Amino acid sequence: MPHEANLRLPGRRVGEQRFVTPGRPALVLGLLGMIALVSICCFMTLGVKGNWGFVLPYRGQKLAGLLLVACAVALSTVLFQTVTNNRILTPSIMGFDALYVLVQTGIMFFLGTGVFALMDPFLRFGMEVVLMIGFSGLLFRWLFLGEERSLHLVVLIGIICGVFFRSVSNFMQRMLDPNAFQVLQDSFFASFSTIDPMLLKLSWVVVLAIVLLLWRMGHVFDVLNLGRATAINLGVNYRRVVITILLIISVLVAISTALVGPITFFGLLVASLAHGLIGNSRHRYILPAAVLLAVICLVGGQTLLERVFAFDTALSIIIEFLGGIVFIVLVIRGAAR
Amino acid sequence: MINATGLMKSFGKTPVINDVSVSLAAGGITSIVGPNGAGKSTLLALISRLMRADAGTVTVDGLDVWTTPASVLARRLSILRQDNHMTARLSVRDLVAFGRYPHSQGRLTLEDKAHVERALDYMALNDLQHRFLDELSGGQRQRAFVAMVLCQDTDYLLLDEPLNNLDMKHAASMMKLLRRVSVELGKTIVLVLHDINFAGYYSDQIVAMRDGRVLRQGPPAEVITSEVLREVYDMEIQVREIDGKPLALFYE
Amino acid sequence: MIALGLGLLVTAVLAMISLLIGAADTNILSLLWGLPDDQASQILMISRLPRTLALILAGSSLGIAGLVMQMIVRNRFVEPSTTGTTESAMLGFLVVTLLAPDWPIMGKMLVAAGFALMGMFLFLRLLKFVPLRDVVLVPLVGIMLAGVIGAITSFFAYRFNLLPMLLGWSMGDFSGVLRGRYELLWIGLGCTIAAGIAADRFTVAGMGREFTTNLGLNYRRTMLFGLVIVSLIASVCLVSVGSIPFLGLVVPNVVSLILGDNMRRAVPWVAVGGAAFVLAGDILGRVVRYPYEVPISVVVGVIGSAFFILLLLRRRTNAA
Repeated sequence: MPHEANLRLPGRRVGEQRFVTPGRPALVLGLLGMIALVSICCFMTLGVKGNWGFVLPYRGQKLAGLLLVACAVALSTVLFQTVTNNRILTPSIMGFDALYVLVQTGIMFFLGTGVFALMDPFLRFGMEVVLMIGFSGLLFRWLFLGEERSLHLVVLIGIICGVFFRSVSNFMQRMLDPNAFQVLQDSFFASFSTIDPMLLKLSWVVVLAIVLLLWRMGHVFDVLNLGRATAINLGVNYRRVVITILLIISVLVAISTALVGPITFFGLLVASLAHGLIGNSRHRYILPAAVLLAVICLVGGQTLLERVFAFDTALSIIIEFLGGIVFIVLVIRGAAR
Repeated sequence: MINATGLMKSFGKTPVINDVSVSLAAGGITSIVGPNGAGKSTLLALISRLMRADAGTVTVDGLDVWTTPASVLARRLSILRQDNHMTARLSVRDLVAFGRYPHSQGRLTLEDKAHVERALDYMALNDLQHRFLDELSGGQRQRAFVAMVLCQDTDYLLLDEPLNNLDMKHAASMMKLLRRVSVELGKTIVLVLHDINFAGYYSDQIVAMRDGRVLRQGPPAEVITSEVLREVYDMEIQVREIDGKPLALFYE
Repeated sequence: MIALGLGLLVTAVLAMISLLIGAADTNILSLLWGLPDDQASQILMISRLPRTLALILAGSSLGIAGLVMQMIVRNRFVEPSTTGTTESAMLGFLVVTLLAPDWPIMGKMLVAAGFALMGMFLFLRLLKFVPLRDVVLVPLVGIMLAGVIGAITSFFAYRFNLLPMLLGWSMGDFSGVLRGRYELLWIGLGCTIAAGIAADRFTVAGMGREFTTNLGLNYRRTMLFGLVIVSLIASVCLVSVGSIPFLGLVVPNVVSLILGDNMRRAVPWVAVGGAAFVLAGDILGRVVRYPYEVPISVVVGVIGSAFFILLLLRRRTNAA
């Protein structure tokens, strides 16, 4: 029914065509999808001894958590890089996840541990997200919506902001009495096996809603990639779009940090790889590629370490190592140009 | 018709645009000239809603640029800045196709494709259309960006120093192209230019600025004169007339 | 000179306060009067005095380490914790703890210093790829390098179940300082004095190889000397009290804000200022949550990072 379609999407007309003909990007996406699928299968089945009826749901829950983190980190990083129009900044490098920990500590510090422990986890999460959005909005406004600044300066300020947030939360934690501190520490790093299934489900609903929204907004991101002036010239309501994206990023960062704690360079790693593999900047390809890469890294990496090398959970350390090197290379290459 | 009234803009405490009121008629090429720091680029940014004025209003065909929805204005007026840094890796054709975004929101119709072809043709980019922007020379990149705003098919085209980084040959051909666009397609073109001789040779109107104010506005013959230029640039500049066009000799 | 005397006086007062406060009540007056108060004097001699001395030594030498690095690299944002030096020392300390747990602390410290030195060479090597025009790129690369080296260290610590120990090292804390466990820090004093004598040479070396050679100085030797001083200080402090981030950044920069950029004049100021800063931070950490203690690295981390951000922003407004 073309008439109705016209009402909803004024730009959609008969004979529509996409910008780019799929070729290499589609191939890359297919390959990544396959590898991700293999990783997931291996994760679920390798090394199972004994009762499948117990192992599968147990691992399934863990897998659901990992996939959630992969989605959240990959999407938030790519979007953040689009909004800030560069390839080095990521939410965690700008101290967003340290900010989340600070907000969490702050709530506990100012409300008291008793209230904190008794609080409805959904209410608490909602409160944390709202505070995050407020803070990150301020930080962003100050860093990006004003005059133009040297990118390296912004990155450095972001990193030091992260250190500052961490130090302040550390300080607050020390001010709490040691018991309260223990409560807090437990709530920071909810391991996948102990996470509240309801919270996990809710997070999934939120992330899926975000994915749907992103799909609808998709075309705007490509225009944002052209830079602020060009985007405004092409009729993008820059302010509104940027604020929407920041909101989405805040929610995603809160979800991923709540699940696994801060992993500074994970996002950078998958976003850089996605850009490198896809070869053009269409979000239609980059976003799914980044998500798939994140899944491969997390699920595949976890399987490899756990089942093959029997290394247990040192994955985040390895990711930090690789991500740090990618960052240095990016910075040096970018600066040399 | 672009109307600006009572525009003010300061960066920190320094005023950059100081009570500017100017109206630019539809049709033809208008060039804004003046020394560094005169506020030329800022004026263009205010007109094109890239920057918000501290005071004053700008209307384009009666539409207030700050309150009109961005997407509506984007079909009426386009702006190209001199520094187009971006991280996206795009082919020339992709970039030009983005010019259709205000009309089609990212999904090209047949009509849109025709516009893209025409713009590529106009800027002689057919052979380069599948190359990536980062593989091009400065002049070629500049042409690609101009093709994009051309493809946007707006009545008004605002270009901030389009001759920046172009050598003589490319600068001259860019100006010829812009003149063709204004004559053949009936577009209104507003430029910020550094070279007063290019401005004098190709423009229908010249706006001369200094210290955030408009000093003079008029056809080239009235603005490119020793008296006006002395006031604008603080320099003794002789003006000769060659083939009916004023030529400023500022090399002495 | 009078101002410096005043600074010394402030530091001395802080040192007195540092001696006086603590979980166990000491009556300094009774000591001064020479009254036989055995328990108090015991506490003073075994715990309080060593702690205060350790604070002064670590504070001043870390300040100097930052200053020397800033002279050599010619960038005011570098110091051991923004260049991977501290992390390299930590890696060395970890390696020697794993391979030769029985070595005396002195030997372990020297190994850590060796690693710190290598870490700095690596950093300087990386800097060769960085164009000098962008001042903030230097600490950026340094912090990332620190992250990478830190990841390697955590990996090994994780494999050998030493993660809690590593956490302890990265959390600088003077509460464990007792007589017999801080004396290594006197090496820091030696380094500080050496740096004071050689200050001019470092300034010259910072100008580059040609410039230095032109003035008849041995570039390599001067650089090496400076790097050895920095790595010694960093590892001595690390093995004695743990790492204290940003100290070497804050103190020299505050001094240069007040005094301008004369390095030679800055040396005594940085030493005194570093001691005063650490003393004050430690006192704050001790009283703010009495009777618990907040480790000095947390206190300095908050102040140091806030100051770093201010410094970066100030630079921007200056440039604009």
